[in-house]
Amino acid sequence: MSEAMRTVKFKIYRFNPEVDIKPTMQDYELTIPDKQDMMLLEAILRIKAMDDSLAFRRSCREGVCGSDGMNINGRNGLACVTLLSALKQPIELRPLPGLPVIRDLVVDMKIFFEQYAKVKPYLINDEPPPAKERLQSPAERKKLDGLYECILCACCSTSCPSFWWNPEKFIGPAGLLQAYRFIADSRDTAKVERLEALTDPFSVFRCRGVMNCVDVCPKGLNPTRAIGHIRSELLAEGN
Amino acid sequence: MVRSATSLTGNGVRDWLWQRVSAVILAVYTLFIFGFIWCTPQLDYATWFQFFQGIGVKLFTILAALSLLTHAWVGMWTILTDYVKSARLRLTLEVLVIIALFLYFLVAIAIVWSV
Repeated sequence: MSEAMRTVKFKIYRFNPEVDIKPTMQDYELTIPDKQDMMLLEAILRIKAMDDSLAFRRSCREGVCGSDGMNINGRNGLACVTLLSALKQPIELRPLPGLPVIRDLVVDMKIFFEQYAKVKPYLINDEPPPAKERLQSPAERKKLDGLYECILCACCSTSCPSFWWNPEKFIGPAGLLQAYRFIADSRDTAKVERLEALTDPFSVFRCRGVMNCVDVCPKGLNPTRAIGHIRSELLAEGN
Repeated sequence: MVRSATSLTGNGVRDWLWQRVSAVILAVYTLFIFGFIWCTPQLDYATWFQFFQGIGVKLFTILAALSLLTHAWVGMWTILTDYVKSARLRLTLEVLVIIALFLYFLVAIAIVWSV
């Protein structure tokens, strides 16, 4: 007895700046067993097997590397942790909004990483290193929960209107989550310098609390809360 | 650190704080005016005139107008720096907003002090 099959419809953003004048949405159909579900990334890989001109990024296929961030039916997310059955058809796939498109679903993330670099995302400690390691109490370590898990997929920053309008000036939710991750770290000795670098009207304060970042984060993190903590620290520091 | 010559104070923390403090003053003033309307059985020109003759009401109204000026400038500056990408056009619009806000403020003082 042959297995029942179903067709899944896709509309995928296609743009090759070397050839195309403007982007187009290309239709694809994928036939899969009726009772079979899969992650969206698997479906895109099968489409790629049919049309190898389709460009997209992917690596770990388990929501850890953050490579396959894309706009899925109007909402940013990771293709590798999005179930096909949860999506309304035709499934519209577009590149992450607000960043220049290199090709199809691949975007240029230079500005995103430049903003990330601005917050000095590494531990700064000018005290002599101890013999073994810099210790933290369980309470101090707990403050980093919900901050260190970011995988830099850029789903949050590219869904933020403030980042769309001012990507060179506003650090964006991903960068600010990491900024607070080091401000909150008991082992870091550069808290005052870190805060001083964020006092201008754009870097932090361009956040208007839209909370798109919280809505789309595939790791369930809350950059808006971290930004609130930075504001409180800045107020406390300025008093 | 991003430099900004045209924001209210040039400092994000201070701009943010001013916007919130001015919002609280405006909220209290609104409640004050609504409270007066609520507690006054017959509202006519004479009642309003008498109400605004009080020096406290005059000062509070001017403080509210000043808060509106501050609040509106921080908000308008944010909107203009978000949406107007041409620096020349943005500066022109910013100057127009500043002129308009100052005129509104002067008119508010003139009205309150004429009572």
